[in-house]
Amino acid sequence: MPNISLSRAALISGALLLAVFPLTGATFYIQLGAKIMIMAIFALSLDLLVGHTGLVSLGHAAYFGLAAYVLALISPKYEAASLWLTLPTAMVAAATAALIIGFLVVRTAGVYFIMVTLAFAQMLYAVFHDTKLGGGSDGIYIYIRPDATIAGIKPVDLENPVQFYYFVLAVMIAVYYLLSKVLHAPFGRALAGIKINENRMRSLGYPVFTYKLAAFVFAGALAGIAGYLAASQFGFVNPEILAWHHSGTALMMVILGGMGRLHGPLIGAFAYVLLQEFFSAASVFGAYAKHWQLAMGSLIVLIVLILPHGLADLFDRAHLNERGDVNPADGEPK
Amino acid sequence: MFYLIQLLNGVQYGLLLFLLASGLTLIFGIMGVMNLAHGSFYMIGAYLAYWLIKITGSLWLTIPLGLSIALIIGLALEQTFFSRLYKRDHLYQVLLTFGLILILEELRSVLFGDDVHGVAVPALLDFSIPLTDTLSYPVYRLFLTGVCLVVAAAMVLVIRRTRLGMMIRAGSSNREMAASLGVNIPLLFALVFAFGTALAAFAGMIAAPISSVFPGMGNQILIICFVVVVIGGIGSIYGAMIASLAIGLADTVGKVLAPELSGIAIYLLMAVILLWRPQGLTNKA
Amino acid sequence: MTATEPILRVHRLSKHFGGLMAVDNVSLEVSVGALQAIIGPNGAGKTTLINLLSGDLAVDRGSVLFRGAEIGQLPPERRARLGIGRSYQKINIFSAFTALENCRIAAQSREPHALNWFRDARCYDPIVETARNALSSVGLAHRTYAVAATLSHGEQRQLEIAMSLATGPRLLLLDEPLAGMGTEESSHMIALIGRLAENHAILLVEHDMDAVFRLAKVLTVMVNGKVLASGAPEAIRANREVQSAYLGSVDGSL
Repeated sequence: MPNISLSRAALISGALLLAVFPLTGATFYIQLGAKIMIMAIFALSLDLLVGHTGLVSLGHAAYFGLAAYVLALISPKYEAASLWLTLPTAMVAAATAALIIGFLVVRTAGVYFIMVTLAFAQMLYAVFHDTKLGGGSDGIYIYIRPDATIAGIKPVDLENPVQFYYFVLAVMIAVYYLLSKVLHAPFGRALAGIKINENRMRSLGYPVFTYKLAAFVFAGALAGIAGYLAASQFGFVNPEILAWHHSGTALMMVILGGMGRLHGPLIGAFAYVLLQEFFSAASVFGAYAKHWQLAMGSLIVLIVLILPHGLADLFDRAHLNERGDVNPADGEPK
Repeated sequence: MFYLIQLLNGVQYGLLLFLLASGLTLIFGIMGVMNLAHGSFYMIGAYLAYWLIKITGSLWLTIPLGLSIALIIGLALEQTFFSRLYKRDHLYQVLLTFGLILILEELRSVLFGDDVHGVAVPALLDFSIPLTDTLSYPVYRLFLTGVCLVVAAAMVLVIRRTRLGMMIRAGSSNREMAASLGVNIPLLFALVFAFGTALAAFAGMIAAPISSVFPGMGNQILIICFVVVVIGGIGSIYGAMIASLAIGLADTVGKVLAPELSGIAIYLLMAVILLWRPQGLTNKA
Repeated sequence: MTATEPILRVHRLSKHFGGLMAVDNVSLEVSVGALQAIIGPNGAGKTTLINLLSGDLAVDRGSVLFRGAEIGQLPPERRARLGIGRSYQKINIFSAFTALENCRIAAQSREPHALNWFRDARCYDPIVETARNALSSVGLAHRTYAVAATLSHGEQRQLEIAMSLATGPRLLLLDEPLAGMGTEESSHMIALIGRLAENHAILLVEHDMDAVFRLAKVLTVMVNGKVLASGAPEAIRANREVQSAYLGSVDGSL
């Protein structure tokens, strides 16, 4: 392989930057960095649905939030829960919810799909908000982060901010890698076909419903990972993490960064959180800092009107061609 | 008797939902636009009512004034933003209207603060009809029900019997054909949008005395409207009516029978409908 | 199933839209090696018939037997997997994909490990091989890596056929494959369809009478949703009813 493309180079430098960053020692920023990467995982999971399969889900926070709540509910009150027990459990819970809800919503299309994904997420919100199941609107605290001990060895101490950061970085890289594999595999190519021309896929013999449902469940499980990590980091869950505002935020991150190219959600998550920090900085905006959503909302409106392909376009200039295909190297001899 | 009260409440709530959902479903059906900010107009109506009553002291003055303001805002938004969305993907419509929701919510916060406000029931209607020795029913709620029915009837009349209605029906089934037959599509869309949002604002205004005025009220009711549209079918006024009433009753009954689960009842209803007829009650397969 | 037994048997198929009978009691049979063309004026129900056979429209009444099994209630993807391929009147391809990828994804539909989530799709040699062969057989080998959107109209129609071929169908439903083609492109396509007709069962809807009379072994005329006449092309050409209803109104080249 003679040249590394510009975007590959950018990706590798980005990963290196992230790896070296904690050495600066500023705890606040290290924690912010971890938060951004968790959001990036969330955005990646949504991009699978929106950018690659063409399923615009406005209720993705449901799976994020459900996993977070599962951790909160099964964590002992004053002890650390086992990472190796609780993370899979949370993921399975998220995936199961995605399976049940997906079974009901994937049969719809277009605007209906958007509305019903939103509605079911709202239903979960209502479950946690109105009932005593999750402590209602007060939420639940997680006093101690999960313990990564396995067979007597503790590979990483999640209570340590730097080690937590690296753990999240590793998870994010793993999710990214996994997704890029899947998207190049037959399953991922089928999803790409479904996004472009669902009817043709059907008439070629593909069981489109099954493929969409599989993508929905997979995306739900990945969102669950993000939710689990977010709950671990923040130490508190409440119904707002399931709210549609959160789902809308995830969508914003995906668009901000640019859909359909895997590094898009990464850029979007970084951009969104950094912008949020900026807009809500009292030092810059004074009394209006608490109304940061005004600026954020305006930015989104502007982006939709002016830059529909998101920021990734600016990064991808060198790699951009008229095809706009997810897999630009596809079809060429390998 | 107690059940009669619940029934009346359910119907009243359902009809109010209908005002909102019918605008939403028309905008979907005719312009193909997914408008998340529709609930924000409900909120705008409620806050306008609160503000104008403080100034004018009279709900009867407030309503025409408030409606005019809402119409202007609606038209302005349509010309600035929504007209650019008609040809875009649903995803971008969702995002832009989501951004609008954020903007409108924050503007509301800047202008009116975050407290819950009340709007007084107009003196003329502030009494109750006695039903039994101990139970009575507020007349204002009956008034609400009546107004909603009148508006619903007027809507059906306009759509079925007038030229405007004909153009709306034509535009909803085939936009290009309608345009080539001389229907002024941009004007039609602007009118439908303005009408739909004015209806939402109107609902907010007249409901304010009952449901009070608070942050996030638009978003709450928007999602329920979505459920109405899903169940009733996009673009169908009749479907919206049936679904609104069903949901109004389900919600009220739910609150009585199992208050904790009442919030979930309507989503379960939606789930059942999805299993049975994913395209909505009235749309053909 | 012997070579002469019909692979497709349609019996009294009907479909109505509101009060309109788009397809009215249509019966026909198609066999391998005996290309059947369906002709008729616009609105005769030809495309509706194709849609009923491919599963894109639900059948109201009547039966569709494919290789002896009733498929009338099956969704399009099941029928496709049973061996029915179709091309569309309006070009229906994946315009953002390359020609090769279009055929590759078509070929992938047949393979059980299509659900495989990890191996790069380009590494599945048999599937890529099938795709390349499909492209060659329609004469598009020189455009293998071209993005489908950049292909000419005629090439896109060839690609449509290639996609169907990549799925290894027994029955091909071709809906106006010559529409919008120039003379040279047309003759390529006619030659291609002629080659395919030898070992596939083909139901061809066309307005191009030249092509129809060169290719068809059986000719079926539809008017107003009904079958007006069906039989050998020369017999149909001589049929007075058909002449007055349809052929006579087409240009006098007959």
